[in-house]
Order: sequence, then C-alpha cells, then structure tokens
Amino acid sequence: MEFSEHIKTANVEDVVLRQPLHPPGRGTLCITGHHLLFSDREEGSCRQVLLLLRNIDAIEKSVENLLTCSGLFSNAGLSQRLSGSSGTITIKCKDLRVLQLDIPGMEECLNIARSIETLSCLDSMSELYPFFYRPSSASLRDQWGLSSLERHYSQMKELHDRWRLSTVNRDFSVCPSYPQAVIVPKSTDDDMLEKVAKFRQGGRFPVLCYYHKKNGMVIMRSSQPLTGANRKHCREDEQLLQAVIDGSDKGYIIDTRSSQQALQARMTGGGLESKSCYSSWKRLQRQMERGKALQESLIKLVEACGEESNNMDRWLSKLENSKWLSHVQTALSTAGLLAECVERDGHSVLVHGSEGTDSTLLISTLAQLIMDPSCRTLEGFLTLLEREWVQAGHPFQQRCAHSAHSHARLQQESPVFLLLLDCVWQLWRQFPLALGFSEALLLRLATEAYASDYGTFLGNNQQERCALGVKENTHCLFQALLRPRERDCYSNPLYEHTELAIWPSVYPQSLQLWRGFFLRWTPQTHHLEEAQEEIRNMVIEWGKLALSSCPASTRRSEDVQNM
Amino acid sequence: MEHIRTPKVENVRLLDRSSGQRKASIGTLYLSATHTIFVENNPETRKESWVLHSMVSSVERTPTIPAGSQVILRCKDFRVFQILVPQERDCLDVHTSLVRLSRPEKYSELYCLSFNPNVNKEERQESWSFMDLTADYKRMGLPNNLWVSTAANSEYRVCETYPSELFVPKSATPPIIVGSARFRSRGRFPALSYFHQDTLAAVCRCSQPLSGFSGRCQEDEAMLQALMKANPGSDYIYVVDTRPKLNAMANRAAGKGYENEDHYTNIKLHFIGIENIHVMRSSQQKIIDVGEMRFPSMTDFLYGLENSGWLKHIKAILDAGLFIARAVADEGISVLVHCSDGWDRTAQACSVASILLDPYYRTIRGLMVLIERDWVSFGHKFSHRYGHLDGDPKEVSPVIDQFVECVWQLSEQFPCAFEFNERFLVAIHTHIYSCQYGTFLGNCQKERRDMRLGERTHSVWPELWKERAQYTNPLYRAEQSQSQGVLRPNTTPYCFKMWKGLYNHAEKSTPPRQSPADFLSTVREESQQLEEELANQQERIAALNGEPITWEKVLRRRTSRPRPPPLRAGPAVFYTDPTSSPAQEPPPPRRISLCSRPGVGSRRLLHCCLRGQRPLLWLEGGLFLQ
Repeated sequence: MEFSEHIKTANVEDVVLRQPLHPPGRGTLCITGHHLLFSDREEGSCRQVLLLLRNIDAIEKSVENLLTCSGLFSNAGLSQRLSGSSGTITIKCKDLRVLQLDIPGMEECLNIARSIETLSCLDSMSELYPFFYRPSSASLRDQWGLSSLERHYSQMKELHDRWRLSTVNRDFSVCPSYPQAVIVPKSTDDDMLEKVAKFRQGGRFPVLCYYHKKNGMVIMRSSQPLTGANRKHCREDEQLLQAVIDGSDKGYIIDTRSSQQALQARMTGGGLESKSCYSSWKRLQRQMERGKALQESLIKLVEACGEESNNMDRWLSKLENSKWLSHVQTALSTAGLLAECVERDGHSVLVHGSEGTDSTLLISTLAQLIMDPSCRTLEGFLTLLEREWVQAGHPFQQRCAHSAHSHARLQQESPVFLLLLDCVWQLWRQFPLALGFSEALLLRLATEAYASDYGTFLGNNQQERCALGVKENTHCLFQALLRPRERDCYSNPLYEHTELAIWPSVYPQSLQLWRGFFLRWTPQTHHLEEAQEEIRNMVIEWGKLALSSCPASTRRSEDVQNM
Repeated sequence: MEHIRTPKVENVRLLDRSSGQRKASIGTLYLSATHTIFVENNPETRKESWVLHSMVSSVERTPTIPAGSQVILRCKDFRVFQILVPQERDCLDVHTSLVRLSRPEKYSELYCLSFNPNVNKEERQESWSFMDLTADYKRMGLPNNLWVSTAANSEYRVCETYPSELFVPKSATPPIIVGSARFRSRGRFPALSYFHQDTLAAVCRCSQPLSGFSGRCQEDEAMLQALMKANPGSDYIYVVDTRPKLNAMANRAAGKGYENEDHYTNIKLHFIGIENIHVMRSSQQKIIDVGEMRFPSMTDFLYGLENSGWLKHIKAILDAGLFIARAVADEGISVLVHCSDGWDRTAQACSVASILLDPYYRTIRGLMVLIERDWVSFGHKFSHRYGHLDGDPKEVSPVIDQFVECVWQLSEQFPCAFEFNERFLVAIHTHIYSCQYGTFLGNCQKERRDMRLGERTHSVWPELWKERAQYTNPLYRAEQSQSQGVLRPNTTPYCFKMWKGLYNHAEKSTPPRQSPADFLSTVREESQQLEEELANQQERIAALNGEPITWEKVLRRRTSRPRPPPLRAGPAVFYTDPTSSPAQEPPPPRRISLCSRPGVGSRRLLHCCLRGQRPLLWLEGGLFLQ
C-alpha cells in the first residue's frame, strides 16, 4: 500500500495514553494508513482505542532529551532513561476530544507525528478510509442512500399537477453542484432552465425544495442572480419565478445577506432580484454569518470551552465574544421567518444567499423541521439531510476539512453543518417530544461529517461522488444508522407524533450552549447522558409492562420498543 | 380594611408584562384586604388574576396619559403587572391603597394571621409537629458519645437568635459555651449543623469572634478545641470564613474579625469570598432587569448576565459548600463556618454542604428539614431579608433565593439525583415571600414563639407535602448511583446558567412547552399501575389454577401512551424586529402562581386553557396588514 511510505515507525511499545474521562493507560501504539490504534497492556484490561486519522485536526509535539522526566509510572522513568529521550504528542480531534501520547524515544515520536500529519489530511479523496471500510455486517450491494429525488417526486402526488421532474442536469453540465434530477414548475422547459442556470451563480437555478401540503405553497432555493454592475436581467428567470407563484398574488425572496452585502455583490458579478423585474416578489434581507466568520466563531467558542479558568465573568464574555449563540439565534429566527411566510402567511418563498450551498440549505432545512411532521422522525430527518445537504450539494469536503483546533490556514472551512445540528438540538430541547431522534444522533452526525467510515459525506456534490464511484465502493451512513441496533440508540423514546408546527423560541434565554457537543468530554455531560438513559429505560419498562399485562396492546408496545 | 380607598374599579386594563402578554385585557379590579383581584370582562374566559398584597415588592405610578393613569405592580416572584385606570382619581386611590397594603407595618396585618383554611385546631397543631428536627439529629446518629444536646440556651438565655435546643461537643461545658458566646457576635457560639456519620466529621456554625486586633478568649479557644476533639480521627479543624478576606480584616477595626491562628491551636483558616447582602441585593436587581428585557440580542443578554455578577455569586456559594463537603467527606476534617453574624452566608454554605454530603436532603422531605434546620431554626432573619414588614430596605437581600438557586443549579447538573423538581423550588421561594403560612415569619425561634405563631398560623410544610405528587422528579431513583453518596459538582463557570424558570417569566408563560417531566411522571405512574395489575393477574392465574383466562374481560384499562401536553398553535415569538406594539394577543398564561385564594383551590385557575388565537403576522414595513 502506498501509505507505507508515510509510515516510518509503525509500532511503539510502552506508550502512555491520556484521554478524557478515562484513567491513563499504558500499551502499544500502532499506526496504519487510516488509523491510530492503541491497545492497553495493563493487567486485567484489554482496552483498545481506535482513532481514525482523518478525525485528527491538529497535533502538537514536544520532545525532550531527558533525564528529568517525571514519568507517571516509576518503571516509565527507567525505560525512558535507557533510550535517553522521549516525546509527547497532543492530538486534538475534530470531535473536540484531546488525547495525549507519551512516547518513549524521540525518533519514534517524531516519526509517528510526521505520519499523523501526513495521513490525517490526505488530499486524494479516493485514498480516504470509506473506500477501504468493509464491515462484515454490510455488503456493497446493499441499497445506498435512503431516497432519491426521482422517488421523492413520485411519492409526492400533490406535486404532479404543477411541477415536473427535470433531468436537464443528467450529465451535471448545467449545474455541477446539483443532483441529476430536480423539481421545477411544469411550465418551464429544459431550454429555459439552461438559460436560467447561466443567470445564477454556479448554475444553481431555482428548484423546489419543499411543498407545504396544507396550503400548496413551496420553498424554492437557488443561488444569487448574476445581475452584475450593469443590472443584467434574465427573462427566463423571471418567468420561472412567475410560474412558481402562478395563481397567487405574491411571493417572498429571503436573501440571507444584508442589503448592503447584496448590493456590493453586484461589483463581483452577483446581485439581487430587482423590484422592477420581479414585481410580484417581495425581498426580505436577513443577514446570516457565513464562511470564515463562522469558522472563527467556532474556534473561539471551543477555545473558551477548553479553558480551565474559574472566572465567571471571563467565561461569559468569551461566550459572548465567540458569537456562536448569536449565529444560532439568527439561523433559527430566519428559519422561523421562512416558515411563518409559508405556513401562516400562505405564500411561496425563494431562499438564496450568494452561492446557495450554505446558509440557504441551513434555513430551508430548519423551516422544514418546523413545519413538516414527516421530517421529524428518524428516517424523515435523515432523508431530509440526504436531500437538502448531500444531494443539494453542500460542499462537505471543503467545509469540514478542518475543525476548531486546526492551525492550518483557513480555506473553505466553515461549520455550517455543525450550526445546523446545533439549531436542531435547540429545537429538540425546546420540543423534547416532537422529534423522533435523540441527541446521540446529532452527536454522531457531527462526528461523521468530519471523519467517517462511510462514504455519505465524501465529496462536495453528486458529480464528484459519481466520478469517485462512492455509491459502488463505500457504505452508506444513513442506512447504517437505521439498522435495528443503531435505531434503538438514535431514536427518541419520548417521541409523539404531532401535526402542528413547532415554533422555536429565539429569545436568548431560551437558547443554550450545546453542552453535549461542546463539553462532550467533560464528566458532567456524563450525568446528563445517564438521565437520558434513565428516560429510555423508563419508557421501555413501561412498554414491556403494557405488553405483558395486555396482549391486545402488543402492537403498540412493540412500537415503543422499536423506537 | 381602612387602607382600601376604593374596593372596585371598572374598565381597567391589565397587562401581565412578565408573561409576555402583548395586549391588555379589560376588566374589573377589586381590592380586598389580602389580594388584588382582576376579573376579565370577556364573558367567555372571565379570567381571574389574583395577586397577594404581600407579594408586591413595589407599586409605581407613571405620568398620566390620555387613556388614563397607570400603576405598575412589581412582585417578589418577579412578575410585573401594568394596570391602566381610566380615571386619574381612581388610579390615585388604587395606588395609595396598594402602597399601604403592600407594606404592612405590623405582623398582625400579615396574611397568615387571617388565612384560615378549613382545618380544626387539632389539625393545625398536627401541621406544626410535621417538622421534627430532633428526628433529623437522630437520623444523623445524635446524640452520641461525641456530641450532646445542650440546655444552655433554653429560654434563649445565651443567644436570643438561636434555637433552644442545640448540639455541641460533649466536652463543651456550660461555662465554655457561655464564655464562647460572649466572645462571638450576637452570642452565636459554635454549634453543630450537620454530623457526617461515615467520617465522624461535623459541620458547625457560629458568628465572627469579637477579636479585634488582639482580643482572645480562653473559653472560645477551648470550644474550638472541643470541636476538634469531637472528631477523633483528626488533629485540626477548618475554620471557614465565608467573607472576602478584606471584609473580614476590616471588621477587626470594629472589634470583630476572625480567629487569630496564633491563639487557636490546630485550626486552618480558609476564606471563601461570598459578597455581603448589599452586593447581592443589587446583583439580583440586575439579573431581574435582564429577565425583563423585552427583545434583547444575544449580546445584550450575555453582557447583562455577566454585568449582573449573579452567577459569579452563585458559584461562590456553591464553591463554599463544596469546600466544606470535601473537607468533611474526603479528608474527614470537621469544619466551623462563620461570616459576620452567622445567619446569612453561613446558612448558605452549611446548607449547600449538607445537600452535597447527604442524599436525604435531596429528597422532598429532606429539603424541608434542611431549610427548617439551617434557616428557620438557626435564626435567619426572614422578615427582614424578605421584606415581610415595611422596614429598612437595606436589610432586604435575596439570601435564601441564592440557596434555592444553588439547589436548582445542582439539579441541572445531576438530573436524577433529586427527588423534587423545579416546581418545588419555585413553590418554596414563593412561600418564603408570601406570608401565607407562619413558617417563615419573624427572624428567629424566640420571635415566633412570642408571637404564638403555632396557635395563630399554619405551617407550610404539610401543605407542600400533600402536594408532593406534582413536585416529584420522575427521573429520581433512590437506589441510583447519582442519588447516592456525596455529590461532587463541577463548578467550572460553564456549568452555571440563568434560572429561566424563576427570572424569566416572559418565556415561561408563553404557551406550554413540552415537558418531558410531566410525560415521564405519567409513564411512571402508569408503569406502577401496570405492575400492580400484573401482580393481580398472576395471583388470579394462580388461584384459577389452569382455568382458561379471559383477558379481554380482565383488562379494560387504557393502554395507549400517555398524552403529552398539547403544543401551542402558533408562534409566540416573532422572527422579526419589533418596532411598535403589535395588535396581537398570545394565549393567556397558563401558570398562575400564588393564586392563594382562601378556601378555593388554585386548580381552577391553573386550568385556564389555551385559546390559540391566530396571531397576526407582523413583519417590517407594515407588510402584513392583516
């Protein structure tokens, strides 16, 4: 394997591993092309730690030629003295865990560090672990993915009157970041779509992303129009949007930039829908932070959480200064506005920012969770993520290349997906009975988006995934999460279906730091997990009792247990 | 009665600002001797709001506007009511009456002395014997060969503010006690608060010594020596001074101060740095303001929270309790706690330590016992601190509020460790201020005895105990690891958050959020029923011995899942920036606390159901003109 050239030292004995929530352990460290494997050699313990190298965000190494080292174990001091040197590698993971390895031997330490540095950020996607992961429990021939737009369309009979499935993008030539099939108004033909695509950044012409069954209104999404400085316009684009609100008096355009940002975008070829050309559309500008600012916000927050300071004022001012919770607030209230327009005001909405691959997806997803009960089950939520993030072309590869610890120069990194999960968690906390999945699912997704055994989040869009043969050569995360055992752990025992919309409160007092994620590796999170476990047990116990004392209720109780 | 200038005003508009209500409701305002009552005109709802006069913390009259004159009522449970009276003269009358009624001058004017639930004399007496502190000492294993009950303070001879029965080390003779009391501020000599049976270490409390710069007292030194000797395993004790060191030093100039380590052998002095009542008072005012902010940005909110310093103070108290608990449980060292007078910060630190040390105090009954012991019986100045009577505003301070909040913060960190829920804590908080029961009246046991409160009022504890079903935390299991042993909380700043349920009514009363706790309580209740039923069935099967069983007949019980509370029908929050007062009314608040209406249960008011009105959309620029 070509990875071997990056591995100078594959095995080191007598390594001490320190990790949160566990006592330090001594054992053997082993590095492979994709993993760091530590196996405990303490008596009576057979603990193994398997860490995906891709999960490593940054490492710090320090080596010393020592005679002064105060080892944790007395015999450690001895062996270190014999080799005359040792080193320490601090590993900071993308899931915010921090590990420390004390490695005897300076050279071994440096070799290991170098291997980690190289192997944790391989550029070539086809070398990533998902292409090598072959669990015995699954076969590559298993179904990949949960749904497709074709299937989604054929299931949504209500759509068929006014909407059609277009395959204008079947070879990804019209819009490289869109899937092969999209849903558009029936009255627009493919030629028109091609023209509209030329008028929208990255070819992301307006497509349907949500149909509100209660009133037939829709959410469309796209990228910004390329009006440019000389205010170009595009008749086909106008016609397409007119076709969207056909029969209704008006529609809204929610632009996730401030008015000023939108106007400035003209200088670089972008722009916004002018009133004169889109007379029946009312534009609402809602500034949402994106890109680098969001990444920096995450970095600041993680830094604040990692600080062991005992000073309350300092913590609160750092929390404020990170602005992360402000971003959560903005995202939820913009999504609330979007849902308000559709559900309460009864009008269709077009959402876009500039590229239409980040904040656009964020608020359209949240709005669907707020309005649509079918998105709130475990399957429903995963299907929503598949449709609105994976297939809709959120560039996971670029956005999740690094997380909060990395010292690498920021390029395209931005924790938009993490922000989504945080917002969903806020919804979950405010409506503990309305969502069919658990916090554990959100945590799992937060980890998998950055480093995964599965191919689901590989690549930036469907085109790249097709080229790499992701479907043929990797396993699907969403399918794996729905297997019975996983389903048990990722479903919400309290879930109770409700048809009503769940309107989140966006008062600052109602929004909280997502402890489960940001303070995941601290002991008190453990108490909260215990509470969740207790809830699960109570409900299961209740289900069993209901089952055993009343055979007639068998089916319902099974439902409970299968949740 | 003579204070009520006008008993009834019609066509009054009332706005419950703290509930996030946006549009005033029109109705009639009544002033009774004990309550302000507002009845809505709307014939469909006829909603009533009751506000106890003793819950009113301030009454403010704002300048007259064309629509009438306005009175703003701020309550001690942080609710705010705006009352608009059409006639200025009526308004003046209402204001003057309320100002007087909300500031009773004599104990005899207080609600508990007129509050007369339908019970006979025996029942009332029984209600007072519900709380038995001797039983609690017995539970700790006292008296034993180390600690004994002393009669030194019978008839409150040595210390007026202490209870008559106290536990002291066996070797502390009456002369030592009396001598030590003379050397301690207000005679509050070292006495036992909690005895930890596992380590034989004890938590004791007293007031500051009158040492000045060089004063000393043999008996006091002997007293501390006796404390140490009462813990056979140790050769020193901790003396925890809960004040900031600077404050303690300043007190020396006034002839008070702290123990000189040169004079007392075998003590280790430790300063904690909890601020004084004046700092706490102004800090709480700031956090109330944060809770009242109408549309704060995240930055405003977090800045306000930081600026109030409130969480910092809560953390300091929890840190004090944790220090004591660790000393007692981990090191096995006894601790003597004091502040200045030994009735505010000392009570906080000791009671938090007890909560951490002993799982019993994490139960419903246990928390009552703890408050009775460390606060009521040890002479915390309830009437002064919580403004029961019109008096010196500088004496008012949210001391026990902070203790209650510490318990809440702990329960957030250990969701399965407490038998009670947030409602129980809020109920206790309310009754401390309400003066509906005699339990928290007066400033010490002697005062309560002199007022014969036991004969003239009722005790709050049995009332809370009766209602315990609604105060139970469904996640609590006594046998669980979280519920047992010493609680070791993390006190890193990120573990603290604002207690929304207490300070932020605006959010609380937006239509009911889904409550997993209520849901789980139902689940648990039903599980128990099912278990019983199952046992019954098995018995029957055994009895029938092989006969065919007709399940259908036997089981006629509900087996569907318990219903969760209904979701509200529309958004209570608007995702746009508000600029003027919207013409929209959210459903009425469901929670009406303190509707302590004599004779009639509060249940009826709790059942005010939600009438989901369709709110108007309200976006910028008058876009939605619905």
